[in-house]
Amino acid sequence: MLTDDVRDGGGRATPGAIAERAADVASGDPRIGRVRELLAHLESGNTNEADRLLGDIAHEHDTGLFQEVGRLTRELHEALNAFRYDTRLMDLANVDIPDAKERLHYVIDMTEQAASRTLNTVEQSKPVCEEIRTRAHGIHEDWQRFMQRKMDVTEFRALSARLDEFLPWTEGSATRISDNLSEALMAQGFQDLTGQIIRRVIKLVEEVEGNLVNLIRISGQKLGSGPEPSAKPADTLDGPQIPGKRQADAVSGQDEVDDLLSSLGF
Amino acid sequence: MDKNMKILVVDDFSTMRRIIKNVLHELGYSNTDEADDGKTALPMLQGGSYDFVITDWNMPGMQGIDLLKAIRSDSKLASTPVLMVTAEAKKDQIVMAAQAGVNGYIVKPFTAETLREKISKIFERLQATA
Repeated sequence: MLTDDVRDGGGRATPGAIAERAADVASGDPRIGRVRELLAHLESGNTNEADRLLGDIAHEHDTGLFQEVGRLTRELHEALNAFRYDTRLMDLANVDIPDAKERLHYVIDMTEQAASRTLNTVEQSKPVCEEIRTRAHGIHEDWQRFMQRKMDVTEFRALSARLDEFLPWTEGSATRISDNLSEALMAQGFQDLTGQIIRRVIKLVEEVEGNLVNLIRISGQKLGSGPEPSAKPADTLDGPQIPGKRQADAVSGQDEVDDLLSSLGF
Repeated sequence: MDKNMKILVVDDFSTMRRIIKNVLHELGYSNTDEADDGKTALPMLQGGSYDFVITDWNMPGMQGIDLLKAIRSDSKLASTPVLMVTAEAKKDQIVMAAQAGVNGYIVKPFTAETLREKISKIFERLQATA
């Protein structure tokens, strides 16, 4: 496929190049002189000299044509070889594209793991916070009664015992929450890694794009002269709107969704 | 609104299911189940008595819009309120969901407040029409 395209391109260029060279040769002065010389020999009946000159001219012409065909053949051959041995193109198709797909899958996995790690820490921390609040609230109520001297000695002893247990327990709980927060913090490291991976994939996409443009150019087709791109099916899903690339017929946020739905009677 | 109502959360990304479940939990709804696409969700809905469905749109197998249509065309499920939570933000799609009988539509990313507001709005309207 690739080879055919290149051959087509080279084949189309050949007649043009020859015509160009022919034009150069016709405008060259030396031959006019030699034709005059030939005419002079013929007029004076000097046939031997005339035949020799004619032979020279024909020979020279053939040599030029052969050289031109030779040059074009060599160029075509080199162009074909350049494509055949352009391992970068083969690498792109065989190695880099599958590799990029793997990378993007990895990005999905990594972001999912990071979200999961973060959610775990939140789920573990929330009940601890809830318990601290409940227990502190109870102790606070009793403490206020003590401050207002509304507490007898027995009750105060019980309160002291609760405080004695509550304070170190709170310390331990705070450590657990802090550890969870650190875990949530560390889990955000995925952003750096996935960012790097995605940037590499973008570079690869740009390289593939460049190569495709080259292929189209070599195959002799002008960009944009192809068939009209077929319309996107109406039910195609576009997924998240990318900042800076928002589509004209997409809403810009929840407010617009609400406006649209209320215009429909919601 | 009954805080014990049974809610089915349908999304192909487990992360999103967890986020929605956590927000629901925070709002006081803890009776939740999960499904990863319409194909899994539909038999669950037909088998269990769910009071509310929160679904994504773009999922493999069976998409959210088809799940919505299936719910509306099943006499036993037809009255179940459905809230769509999706990244699909095209007007045509919102209109399509509305025509298919969706009760609410939230575009991702969303806040806990938006989810709370839409859920209470849906049940207010249902009580008003009941």
